[in-house]
Amino acid sequence: MSLRNVGIVYRKELTEALRDRRTLISTIIVPLLLFPVLSVGFGALAVALVGKAKEETPKVMILGGEDSPAVVEGLKKLEKIEIVPAAPAWKDQIINKEVRAAVEIPPGFERDVARQKSDTVKIYNYKEELKSEFATDKIEKYLKDYRDNVVKERLAAKNLPGAVLQPFEVKQENVAPPEKVSGAAFGGIIGYMVILLCMTGGMYPAMDLTAGEKERGTMETILSSPISRMHLVLGKFFLVLTASLATAALSVLSMGVSFSFLHRFSENSGSQRGEAAAFLLQLGPKTVLSVFIMALPLAVFFSATLMTIALFAKTYKEAQSYLTPLTFVVIIPAIAAMLPGVELTPKLSLIPILNMSLLCKELVAGTYHWDFIAIIFISTCVYAAVALFLAIKMFQRESVLFRS
Amino acid sequence: MIEACGLSKRFQDKKRGDIRAVDNVSFTCQPGKIYGLLGANGAGKTTTLRMLATILEPTDGTALVCGHDVVEQPEKVRANVGFLSTATALYPRLTAQELVEYFGRLNGLDEATLEKRVDDIFNRLDMNGFRDRRCDKLSTGMKQKTSIARTLVHDPPVMIFDEPTNGLDIMTARTITGFIRECRDNGKTVIFSTHIMSEVEKLCDVIGIIQSGKLLAEGTLAQLRDKYAENDLEEIFVKVVAPHYVSAEAN
Repeated sequence: MSLRNVGIVYRKELTEALRDRRTLISTIIVPLLLFPVLSVGFGALAVALVGKAKEETPKVMILGGEDSPAVVEGLKKLEKIEIVPAAPAWKDQIINKEVRAAVEIPPGFERDVARQKSDTVKIYNYKEELKSEFATDKIEKYLKDYRDNVVKERLAAKNLPGAVLQPFEVKQENVAPPEKVSGAAFGGIIGYMVILLCMTGGMYPAMDLTAGEKERGTMETILSSPISRMHLVLGKFFLVLTASLATAALSVLSMGVSFSFLHRFSENSGSQRGEAAAFLLQLGPKTVLSVFIMALPLAVFFSATLMTIALFAKTYKEAQSYLTPLTFVVIIPAIAAMLPGVELTPKLSLIPILNMSLLCKELVAGTYHWDFIAIIFISTCVYAAVALFLAIKMFQRESVLFRS
Repeated sequence: MIEACGLSKRFQDKKRGDIRAVDNVSFTCQPGKIYGLLGANGAGKTTTLRMLATILEPTDGTALVCGHDVVEQPEKVRANVGFLSTATALYPRLTAQELVEYFGRLNGLDEATLEKRVDDIFNRLDMNGFRDRRCDKLSTGMKQKTSIARTLVHDPPVMIFDEPTNGLDIMTARTITGFIRECRDNGKTVIFSTHIMSEVEKLCDVIGIIQSGKLLAEGTLAQLRDKYAENDLEEIFVKVVAPHYVSAEAN
């Protein structure tokens, strides 16, 4: 094992990579520019939309209620919703989002209430639509308050205290520190991004250094030099690994910078927006470091796998058609970890990519389960070693190197 | 010195099944002599030379290059060999000097020796004008010179040329043939493959005719002329190869 030879190959590949516009764009320029544009643009858009949704006064229709003037009057006094005259096509108007909700008061509602006869008040809305739900909440709260008052009056009439209906109260209180709450929401995305970028960052160099070398006819040249094939693969592998880690590191860095800018921008421009941007957490150096240490064996795994597959191809284009579908293989487990309720278990911690994605979610939230961390780190190291071993074996195979 | 003993290479091909690209080939190349491997396309020339350069591993048999076995000590063999073919391209994003230096380092030269060797070669081949130009910006002639410089940087005692003039214009081809002669005059063992009769007639001390992976005839030009009672090398070649060529097509 000669580190000198591996170093010679690595230095040469680095020189070539730094002179290659395509490599520079894919590993440096894209991660540096994409995230500020994407996160600031998307973040600002999200903040603006949420703000606007809250600012708009939703229009609400009251259907019926002619003989229940007190309830109608109460609804009309509600803030932040606007009562519009009833129209026969109210259903279509809700679907077309001209009206956000309609409340149907049954005939003789107030009279029925006085007679202690139970009626149903219906609220028609557009489910999962932000402004419609907002209007519904307002109406529902008003109606529930109204109902509570009726109950209180009835109890008072019978000389019973209000506590009869409330033997005890149930309350929620969040004890998790705020960064853990936001971490749970955003940790998945950080892990997903680091994983995906480790993969895409190494992709272009992996193709360039294997299939590209075959395509340009330099494979035979290098194989005729005395360097052993293992040193050659290792030199190339370290370059792919460098590119993979550089892309991931640069992306996280640029994302961190853009998030903190966004955060500051929101703080300056009003409390409501600041609130919306507050969950765009700021990552501490400890978190970033631990995510990267854990991503290291995964990057090794990706780099070696990418090279093994790309080496099989004769041309750059062929390699591309093998590796592009591989992106989906990586995206699916990475996304699966972001689904709510998916958490680390001993079994899941052995599934590559998924385990790392789940772990990142925990790390960002500041949770350190050392037993899981050990299992995941070791299992990923094993997968990485197998992948690297395969890459070295693949480089020894004449049928792969001289495939025609 | 190259000694091939029963060198064989079989490939598995999906359509044609088991192929004997090189079949039990034995020959010897002496220092200070040029051995020419003459054959049609697909005769097995490239595979033979690739096995000598340890780029491919023989299925059977072996060869000694400077006393090193191509199967047992491939890295030592490669350190003693300069390999040049039209397929051995240059790294496009390195400059001519960087490329030659890279191969010098891979051959284990220390920096002081390397610098001296590179200067010497660049002067000798008149390459100083494009020393710092990237290989993808070089003309065909400049590329050939850079390739020659690459094969010479570790001063190997054995030179292997696989159809080195294929696809080159006359002037560039002459640079190569001149270089091959120079190698012989410097006492190197030279083996080269071609399908161009005139090159063989002009250059080779010993000629081997290969077809369907088998070495069918061997000798100096004079010996072959005697044996086949023909003066023209092309006629000799046809006489040797024709019976096997038909059978090869039938396969």
